[in-house]
Amino acid sequence: MSVKRDSLSLSFAVGVYGAAFGAASVAAHFSVLQTCAISLLTFSGASQFAAVGVVGAGGGAFSAIATGALLGTRNGLYAVRMAPLLNVRGVKRIIAAQITIDESTGVALAQNNEDDSKIGFWWTGFGVFIFWNIFTLLGAISAGLLKDPAAYGLDALVPAAFVGLVWPRLTGKRSYYLAILAFIFALSLAPIVPAGVPIIATSLLAAFVGWRA
Amino acid sequence: MSIYWITALGTSASCFLFKYLGHSVPESWLAHPRVQRINLLIPVALLSALVAIQTFTDKTKIVVDHRMAGVSFAIAAFIAKLPFPIAVFGAAVVSALVYRFA
Repeated sequence: MSVKRDSLSLSFAVGVYGAAFGAASVAAHFSVLQTCAISLLTFSGASQFAAVGVVGAGGGAFSAIATGALLGTRNGLYAVRMAPLLNVRGVKRIIAAQITIDESTGVALAQNNEDDSKIGFWWTGFGVFIFWNIFTLLGAISAGLLKDPAAYGLDALVPAAFVGLVWPRLTGKRSYYLAILAFIFALSLAPIVPAGVPIIATSLLAAFVGWRA
Repeated sequence: MSIYWITALGTSASCFLFKYLGHSVPESWLAHPRVQRINLLIPVALLSALVAIQTFTDKTKIVVDHRMAGVSFAIAAFIAKLPFPIAVFGAAVVSALVYRFA
């Protein structure tokens, strides 16, 4: 029982961030409908913020999709981890795939036995899905009512959200160095290449830094 | 189709593809430590670059403006272990105040 309770409270806490995404997306000139479509169909926080962020910064669709996709690769590795446990096919596999994210995988892996892991995965996955989409809509509608996004700080809300997304991933020296390197590298490229490219280019830094053990 | 719909649907399709493929390939395929390591580092690089670009650029120009105040607040808030919504919406408030009064 406590797995379900933990799953739902985590889902609510995470889902509230959906409001920040809704606001950020509308500030990047996506419509409310497009914003809600992204939360329903993409359903991966970092990828969503990145895709609308790249477009908001003047980048093209290709840069935006590539950045969002690169941030979505980790869900694929989570799925590899979850597949033997869930053992689902057909429509159930499609549903399981869509809700394979940081939180559902995290809760599943934190359990002591397979039954609780399954419950944790499904309850957290569905829970986050429901709250994330509700709060996306609320955030998008609220932001849509504002005339000048900068006057309400929405232009700072997006980078602040990225700080929050990268923060828990800064574990150990290697990740700190890479973060600083990527920060400087992106800013040095920004004046000389099209918008969006400096961001994707840092994935090469990640490959370089992670190549050796 | 507008750039907005292309981005929305393209990002969705590619993200779903990775999730679905992960559920459909044998576990051993991606077990190589190098793949695991780089996969953990890619978000660190991209998200750090996004912080830099979204805070300090306007189109392709480097600028320092009210957004830096907001992001500095967010960093301080995360160091102080405040919850995500407080850090992020606090950053918006700080940035808006600087935008209006500075």
